[in-house]
Amino acid sequence: MTATPALLEVEEVGTPAPAGGPPTSTRRILTTITKDKGALACVLFIVIVVLMAVAAPLITKLSGWGPYQFDSAAINSDLGGVPHGSLGGISGNHWFGVEPQNGRDLFARIVYGARVSITISLSATLLTGVLGVVLGMLAGFYRGWVDTVISRLMDFLMAFPALIFMIAILSSLPAGNRPVLLVVVISAFGWPYLARVIRGQTMTLANREFVEAARASGAKDVQVVFREILPNLRGSIIVMTTLAIPGYIGTEAGLSFLGVGVSPPTASWGQMISSSVSWYSVDPMFFVIPGTFLFLTVLSLTVLGDKIRSVVDQGEAA
Amino acid sequence: MTRYVIGRLGGVVVILLAVCLFTYLIFFKLSPDPAVMICGKTCTPERIDSIRDVLGLNQPILTQFWEFLQGIFAGRDYGSVHCSAPCLGYSFQTNESVWSMITARLPVSITVAVGAAVLWLLAGVIGGLISAIKQGTWWDRTAMALALGGVSVPNYVLALVLQFVLVVKLQVLPFPSAPAFADNPLLWFESYIMPWTVLAVGYACLYARLTRANVIDTLQENYFRTARAKGLSRSLVLRRHALRPALTPITTIFGMDFAGLLGGALITETVFGLNGIGKMAADSIAKNDQPVIMAVTLLAAFFVVIGNVVVDLVYTTLDPRVRVTSS
Amino acid sequence: MTADLFVVEDLTVTLPTGRGPVDVVKNVSFTVGRDDTLGIVGESGSGKSMTALAVLGLLPRGAETSGSIRLEGKELLGRSERELQSIRGNAISMVFQDPLSSLNPYYTVGLQIEEMYRAHRGGSRRDARKVAIEALERVHIPDAGRRIDHYPHQFSGGQRQRIMIAMALCCSPSLLIADEPTTALDVTVQAQILELMAELQSTTGTGMIFITHDLAVISSIAKRVLVMCAGDPVEYGTAEQVFSDPHHDYTRTLLDAVPRIDDEVAS
Repeated sequence: MTATPALLEVEEVGTPAPAGGPPTSTRRILTTITKDKGALACVLFIVIVVLMAVAAPLITKLSGWGPYQFDSAAINSDLGGVPHGSLGGISGNHWFGVEPQNGRDLFARIVYGARVSITISLSATLLTGVLGVVLGMLAGFYRGWVDTVISRLMDFLMAFPALIFMIAILSSLPAGNRPVLLVVVISAFGWPYLARVIRGQTMTLANREFVEAARASGAKDVQVVFREILPNLRGSIIVMTTLAIPGYIGTEAGLSFLGVGVSPPTASWGQMISSSVSWYSVDPMFFVIPGTFLFLTVLSLTVLGDKIRSVVDQGEAA
Repeated sequence: MTRYVIGRLGGVVVILLAVCLFTYLIFFKLSPDPAVMICGKTCTPERIDSIRDVLGLNQPILTQFWEFLQGIFAGRDYGSVHCSAPCLGYSFQTNESVWSMITARLPVSITVAVGAAVLWLLAGVIGGLISAIKQGTWWDRTAMALALGGVSVPNYVLALVLQFVLVVKLQVLPFPSAPAFADNPLLWFESYIMPWTVLAVGYACLYARLTRANVIDTLQENYFRTARAKGLSRSLVLRRHALRPALTPITTIFGMDFAGLLGGALITETVFGLNGIGKMAADSIAKNDQPVIMAVTLLAAFFVVIGNVVVDLVYTTLDPRVRVTSS
Repeated sequence: MTADLFVVEDLTVTLPTGRGPVDVVKNVSFTVGRDDTLGIVGESGSGKSMTALAVLGLLPRGAETSGSIRLEGKELLGRSERELQSIRGNAISMVFQDPLSSLNPYYTVGLQIEEMYRAHRGGSRRDARKVAIEALERVHIPDAGRRIDHYPHQFSGGQRQRIMIAMALCCSPSLLIADEPTTALDVTVQAQILELMAELQSTTGTGMIFITHDLAVISSIAKRVLVMCAGDPVEYGTAEQVFSDPHHDYTRTLLDAVPRIDDEVAS
């Protein structure tokens, strides 16, 4: 099972209900992060990856090779397609070397792979966030049959073996618009974990005195929800969405590794790792480079998310 | 109490029915011609027709579903083949009843799950406990940093690295082949140790962080302070007034994680070539063997939902505040 | 004056904070005799709880203490953890503010009393159980023989505090420290608890330190009073002295802040 649901599940138990203090200010989060060297290193790496994703075409123009171009000169077809030179063919021409057999520039594919990872995980996080927060708040605030329907839906979705189901759905559907499909499928199984936490906290908050006070001064339901309850959920929302991103990056990479993610020739780190398996005795760099990028990206985001969570926790405990 | 249990089991049945129906609809409605997919790659038109007949694919979808449900309890005939209860379907590609395929492979998945669980519980809980007691020291900081790293490695990457280093390069271990324990204990251990480790690493890191956080919180609790003020010995204080409250919430999480693993660790089994439920799921998906996919989904969902009920019941015995009150 | 059972001299407690070490208790001195009650009064943050924790060696990690704390002539400061364990609950007991969170929710009240008794007096579980039942009866918990197997959440707030007191006294300590024991309780329950503590003190002769921010409570039970403000001991004397003729401005402010029934109401 990939990290997504497990991470979110576990973090859920650790998330405390909002205490009486003021909502965590974004400013406090930012100041804590800028003071911590480890966190800054993580931010730096993430910025690099995001830049890769955003400016992929520009970067590959500078490096000289696109992700779909074949360079047969770089591989030794007599030896079955092994790249020339050591370290998988790293040279001034190909900064990360080339892929065996087809000679595609690895640097370009890493950069475009970043694009896939970032867009899919961010979109999935956004969709999960919206669904999870809205449905969670509705269930927690209105209770009654609204809560019953939404909770049963959550139980139903959480009972599914998400990975098996995602693979099965993705492999039985035609190649269509893969990224959109991935985002939808990942979010469909991801939102209940966020919604469950939001629902619990909304129920606690809805009973607090300040909500009663707002109601007493004539506020309508919508206003109560958005002005009184939502700001107090901010801490949990920030923590859980930040920690969801690396989980979804892992999920997308895992699905691509199994061959049901983005369709070739689109580059994806997971798919590259999968292809590298048969080559790792002669060209280990083909495995090491995407593997390292995947690991470091997930690590940086997890470390950041963890630091943000400790800031939020301290704020709530105050 | 019995009323509560019956109510929960009723809920289990409802959810499983819903999962079953949903899965059935997805697979048999989504593909234009299920019979073609079920038949597999090398298939004659006659066989496709006979599959369509036998499975009653021309009937309305709910009738098909009803027949499937009946089959689970009463057995079912697929043309000349009889599939005895519980009949979770029949694979026309392997020519076996799905249930017998499952029972053949379930022991492997269970072995993987149990071994990994033992490893990750020991490593995670003990590691987290030590970190909490030594909070702030370099041991704590290093352990937590490693835990963050362990959580961030995708398990297939770790699996590949382990396999490459230990099997190919250093040749300390053979390629896993999962014999029965009775036949060859050494090979059994050598086969399972890598998948156990790969699965355990991710969970152990999560559990270490969770245990540490729980224990640290418990050490701040008022009742912990009271226990110290009573002059109890350090070991008694830690055992009764820190460990017990800190670890109780972890048991629920563990129950759910373990239940999830019983449905098969798809990626780990596939990478190591272990013939468990997970690998069967992956292979069936690649071959479009719908009946098998359906059954595996149902099985995994079953474990999760039952696990949920078991965990809740166990929790009522552990935490006196949540005893189920008889009406 | 009864022989000085418990003497604190020039106690100073320093805690490490983000902004450097801070003295939370500065040169505090007082004595408590047998059958004597000292009231320590002050607002939040005055250092009164820290003083109590310092006595039992329960300060947070990194805290530094100096001065002298003597029980029956023997110095307590600087003792090893093991020696302190034999003193806590045995010679000096403590009762805390919130009885719900101060009792372990996972164990029966009987077990929590028994474990304390057996830690200091040994003996079998059966003997300890008898002691525990007696302890509950002494604090007037009805049906003690059955309720001993109940969990903390099955009792009311007032009952829980009685259980805490019973637990604290089960090993017959010479000194009982009560840190805001009635603050979390309703007023009527408060009165009952105070009555109970007075009754127990008269039968056992235990010295008592009563920490609170509530002057009314102090006036009803304390023989001597120590007023603390931001770590400093600003006033120390008998109750009559402090209430009728306070020396320090802060004490006067505290006394003035108490609303009186014969005050004029602003029209």
